[in-house]
Amino acid sequence: MFLILDAQWLAPGIRRLIVQAPHVLRHHQPGHFVIVRVAPESERIPLTVADTDHDKQTITLIVQVVGATTEQLCNLETGQSVLDVAGPLGKPTEIKKFGHVVLVGGGVGTAVILPQAKALKNLGNRVSAVIGGRSKDYVILEQDLSQHCDAVYPCTDDGSYGYHGFVTGQLNELIADKAQPVDAVIAAGPVPMMKAVAEVTRPHGIHTIVSLNPIMVDGTGMCGGCRVMVGDKMLFACVDGPEFDAHQVDFDELRDRLTAYRTQEKRAWDHKPSGHVCKCKVAEVPS
Amino acid sequence: MTLKASERMKIPRQHMPEQDPGQRATNFGEVNFGLACEAARTEADRCLGCKGAKCIGGCPVGVDIPGFLGALSEGNLDKAADILFDANVLPGITGRVCPQETQCEALCIRTGKSEPVAVGYLERFVADWAREHRTTKVQHPPATGKRVAVVGSGPAGLTCAGELAKKGHQVTIYEALHKPGGVLVYGIPEFRLPKKIVDSEVEKLKQLGVRIECNIIIGQTYTISDLLNEQGFDAVFIANGAGLPVFLGIPGENLKGVYSANEYLTRVNLMGAYRFPESPTPVIDAPQVVVVGGGNTAMDAVRTARRLGASPATLIYRRSRQEMPARVEEVKHAEEEGVTYHFLVNPVEILGTDDGWVRAVRCQNRELGEPDDSGRRRPIAVPGSEFEVPCQVFIEAIGTRANPLLTQTTPELKVNKWGYIEVDDKNMTSVPGVFAGGDIVRGAATVILAMGDGKKTAAAMHDYLLNQD
Repeated sequence: MFLILDAQWLAPGIRRLIVQAPHVLRHHQPGHFVIVRVAPESERIPLTVADTDHDKQTITLIVQVVGATTEQLCNLETGQSVLDVAGPLGKPTEIKKFGHVVLVGGGVGTAVILPQAKALKNLGNRVSAVIGGRSKDYVILEQDLSQHCDAVYPCTDDGSYGYHGFVTGQLNELIADKAQPVDAVIAAGPVPMMKAVAEVTRPHGIHTIVSLNPIMVDGTGMCGGCRVMVGDKMLFACVDGPEFDAHQVDFDELRDRLTAYRTQEKRAWDHKPSGHVCKCKVAEVPS
Repeated sequence: MTLKASERMKIPRQHMPEQDPGQRATNFGEVNFGLACEAARTEADRCLGCKGAKCIGGCPVGVDIPGFLGALSEGNLDKAADILFDANVLPGITGRVCPQETQCEALCIRTGKSEPVAVGYLERFVADWAREHRTTKVQHPPATGKRVAVVGSGPAGLTCAGELAKKGHQVTIYEALHKPGGVLVYGIPEFRLPKKIVDSEVEKLKQLGVRIECNIIIGQTYTISDLLNEQGFDAVFIANGAGLPVFLGIPGENLKGVYSANEYLTRVNLMGAYRFPESPTPVIDAPQVVVVGGGNTAMDAVRTARRLGASPATLIYRRSRQEMPARVEEVKHAEEEGVTYHFLVNPVEILGTDDGWVRAVRCQNRELGEPDDSGRRRPIAVPGSEFEVPCQVFIEAIGTRANPLLTQTTPELKVNKWGYIEVDDKNMTSVPGVFAGGDIVRGAATVILAMGDGKKTAAAMHDYLLNQD
């Protein structure tokens, strides 16, 4: 059992959990993920480690309610526990001196770029972060990122905060600024966003990495459910990734594969015990 | 009353009572019920008790087969169990999943003249009797003060841990998944190996003093070097399994509804998808399922699909029935349950609907040519013989390759060109004190071969540990 030292809503349906997990810290590097099980009958869900605290022996997980299991996890309160935390898993982010790195985070994907910002800044990179949400309430981690970034650019679809438009619009503006040429881009978020980022940087030949979120079961290479096509190669996100060259990834196939369990997700959502109270304020059935 | 050999020869092989095929094709209950006591003793009477019994040589863990059959025939079940457990820490498992027909039973002197003694049935009988009637006599040997880490809780790891604990070493098993058992829990289905049997074997190891830590991925959470240098283990046994599923490399493999057998079986067995939504991990429902492969994993996948309602549940295999590596009993059971076979057929393309779901698999006939490296006749494509088999789920059970998770963080560990760990004749790796066995050394094989490795390595590790100071 892994104790939750703090649980906070960062945005409607997005929860931050600070969990005691000393064993994960030992070899943790930015880009790693863990597999979490909430309770004995739970699914195994992969979650990026968004932050670590070696003094308190904790990892930070940022979770969006997308189905029955993530809702169960997000409903946990400070002082409660999750059953299993296994990791760290995956290959770490390529952290080196690039020059100017732009990190792009969409929605809960912003959690992925936080540890990268920290590590890249420590190596002396200029780090810009472009973070997006559908409206002001959905832009997360701006304060945390601004501690490590030279500049943070919030964006909202509805213009309620920061740049009015998608993260790609803001990214285009940064690339156009010849005073601060962009040497590398790392993006994490919804698949259409990552695909759009790849298309923005491709003509400029900017080295671009994306952190993928395919369906996973064991997270240790055993099942192959998280396979993605990168160039002409079939790779497993859990052991070969989850970060890949954005210009090589087949995003359309990834997006389609993510829909494989839509019907079952709806059934699992409807199956919740009666008397269930939704705490996450987004009582929407997964689409 | 001692029977003469001629009298023993006259006794027919006893039949294993089974769940009715029509019924069992709709549930996950165990297929075989096990012999009744009387039938088991009658079957044991069929053993001629040969001097220099060849069957023992056919057993990768060297069970004294005539010894335990003799005790069983006399009705001394306690003694039979002692003899069995002395050589095999997991007889309830091997009695169910070993390919006896190619091992002990193949070497039985009766084979050819009549049917061999049903060693597997009797091993299972004695193990089940012991589990139900015997309170485990836990004998704690004097502690050696040596600590061993075992990586992986599959058949090799469990066996090695049990053997080392019996010698007085303090053993900790690290398991990457949330439940111990490895392939015994994620791979082999409930209807062939009930999980309560695995749980009970694991429990027995715990009583011997073995510690099991789940959710620890060696190579990631801790490295081999951490185990030896910081956690103070005197030796390590790596038995983390073969791991990564191989895909055919044909068009359409990323359509929704294409699974590796590992994923399909893990979802259903380990994660309980057959109880969805009570168990929240889903598996795609399909009226028609095709599985490709000819081994036990392919059989497990196709029989699982049948139980989840697939009709037809079809198995396609590129060679003929005779070349199938699967246990004969599984092939027969599957057929009784209504599984359809297409032999000498290979998939060439998976066809999809406009919205990305599997709709059929395009196959091509094969004919057998000259024997290949494996000694089996090579299947050769027959041009122009293509045909389609409709299905909504397509499962590939064509093998695995080495999992890189551990070896990539232990560069000093020598691996061969396929990524499997190289060992010497004592199963020691290139790193002193680090041993390896099971699928991560030999590539995908059977439960009993992995157990054989676990046992052999435990003996070598025992010597190593005693000579260490």
